[in-house]
Amino acid sequence: MADIRGKAWKFGDDVDTDVIIPARYLSTSDPQELARHCMEDADPEFFNKINKGDIIVARKNFGCGSSREHAPLSIKEAGISCVIADSFARIFYRNAINIGLPIMESPEAAEKISPGDEVSVDLEKGIIQNETTGEKFYAAPFPEFMQEIIRAGGLIDYVKGKLAEKE
Amino acid sequence: MGMTVAEKIIASRGDKDKVKPGELVKARVDLILGNDITAPVAIREFKKIGVEKVFDPERIVLVPDHFTPNKDIPSAEQAKILKEFAREQKIKNYFEIGRMGIEHALLPELGLTLPGEIIIGADSHTCTYGALGALATGIGSTDMAAAMALGETWFKVPSTIKFVYQGELRKWVSGKDLILFTIGQIGVDGALYQVMEFTGPAIRNMSMDGRLTMSNMAIEAGAKAGIIEPDEITYNYLEGRAQRSFRGLFSDGDASYSQVIEFQVGEIEPQVAFPHSPENTRGISQVEEIPLDQVIIGSCTNGRLEDLRVSAEILKNKKVDPRVRLIVIPGTQKIYQEALREGLIDIFIEAEGAVSTPTCGPCLGGHMGVLAKGEKALATTNRNFVGRMGHPESEVYLSNPAIAAASAVAGKICSPEEVL
Ligand code: SF4
Repeated sequence: MADIRGKAWKFGDDVDTDVIIPARYLSTSDPQELARHCMEDADPEFFNKINKGDIIVARKNFGCGSSREHAPLSIKEAGISCVIADSFARIFYRNAINIGLPIMESPEAAEKISPGDEVSVDLEKGIIQNETTGEKFYAAPFPEFMQEIIRAGGLIDYVKGKLAEKE
Repeated sequence: MGMTVAEKIIASRGDKDKVKPGELVKARVDLILGNDITAPVAIREFKKIGVEKVFDPERIVLVPDHFTPNKDIPSAEQAKILKEFAREQKIKNYFEIGRMGIEHALLPELGLTLPGEIIIGADSHTCTYGALGALATGIGSTDMAAAMALGETWFKVPSTIKFVYQGELRKWVSGKDLILFTIGQIGVDGALYQVMEFTGPAIRNMSMDGRLTMSNMAIEAGAKAGIIEPDEITYNYLEGRAQRSFRGLFSDGDASYSQVIEFQVGEIEPQVAFPHSPENTRGISQVEEIPLDQVIIGSCTNGRLEDLRVSAEILKNKKVDPRVRLIVIPGTQKIYQEALREGLIDIFIEAEGAVSTPTCGPCLGGHMGVLAKGEKALATTNRNFVGRMGHPESEVYLSNPAIAAASAVAGKICSPEEVL
């Protein structure tokens, strides 16, 4: 698993999928085009401000609203390496795992990390480290089955593997 | 310990005697749905898997409804992907303009969603079919792709919150108001990862249209599903419609719930959700003067016949305020035709409202009524997030169709009593 490390960008409660990627851009499913408009209705300059590897830190119910996979896709394609939140909306949670966007649930980390802090994440151990303050947080590890999907590189590759086993 | 209806459905499709909340279960799916936004991505991912055929073409439904009739070239290209895939895979449940409707209005109407089934759809409002006693839930495009190949998907068995609605509804109060009120009470993550089970006398007396509206908005509380056990009303509705045989399932008397919440519906007045969250609800008597630029009556939440009837009852022999654009969008072709026969469409046009062919359109800020900067709309839809209906600085309020129709006449948000 690639190292996850970057600067934290903070958002509040209930960041919805219309804010992550507004419907006016959904007449395409091209990930790069979607990435350019990532988080646009919360911060119009977001895509231009971030660097590859940066991390989104938000509070409860991140990704609520629509089932559009364009939301986690736009975040991943924009170069965000991980989303940390108090909690995620369930369809967003599923979609993120399925497309291979790392996410972490930790209310403590989500509260204590400040905008601009340097943060690193160890997905397998479930450890979030605030490199700026030295604080360490622990997220609940993924169930074994989801780790398998993540290890396979997303659901499609996981299913391919399963179908190959069957043959 | 018994099981809830949701647990029973998952157990039956997972070939298990018993399941418990938190357990991961692989389950067969009875129906898979996709639309013109989500299915193109699912089809792209499906092709990557490398299987030739979908597991069962009878159990896949493709509805181009969001940006159709195609609003521009890119949307036309997306819709074309559905059409070609349907032809290639012999999917007969593909609905072209002229036969289509908004997916969640169309599928129940066609008898494609049945009690006791597991239905997944690459659209968050797939939870609508819970009104028929199905476990129906939204998934993403990649999940849809995998399920089209395998005919199954994985679920984490959710816990269930039981909502008991006691008493009788007041005049102008509908399923929409009960669900808005409920979301106002528990919040937009109040049922996160859980199932909402709606029950009690007010639900048992509610029409299928009203029930569909309630289940439709379960996702707005973060829920996986919003389920109503089948009864006489369900079976009557399905009579002559159901396209497969089915068996309704019911919660056991000793099923275990994470919470039981009871409401006296006689105390609930029509609700309005203020920008920018469906949990921002107030009773209509608490709404100050809010002038409107646009009113939308339609969507998968409130674009059914009952919704058009109550709107017409209020708009009859009245004119829409000159400052307001009223746009009425019947949910399906059949609803449109029935409304025409009953003279409802005439009433809308006499009132100087615009009537559109079925489409999601303005509900997601797609087309057919997008808002400019600073404009305010009242809509019978389900979401009022920032930028949902257009410009990020526009505002959307949510209500039932009666309030929406009255407000179109008054030019500001108000109760039907004020214009009748
Ligand atoms: S009407 Fe609105 S909420 Fe319903 S499916 Fe269409 S876009 Fe989604």
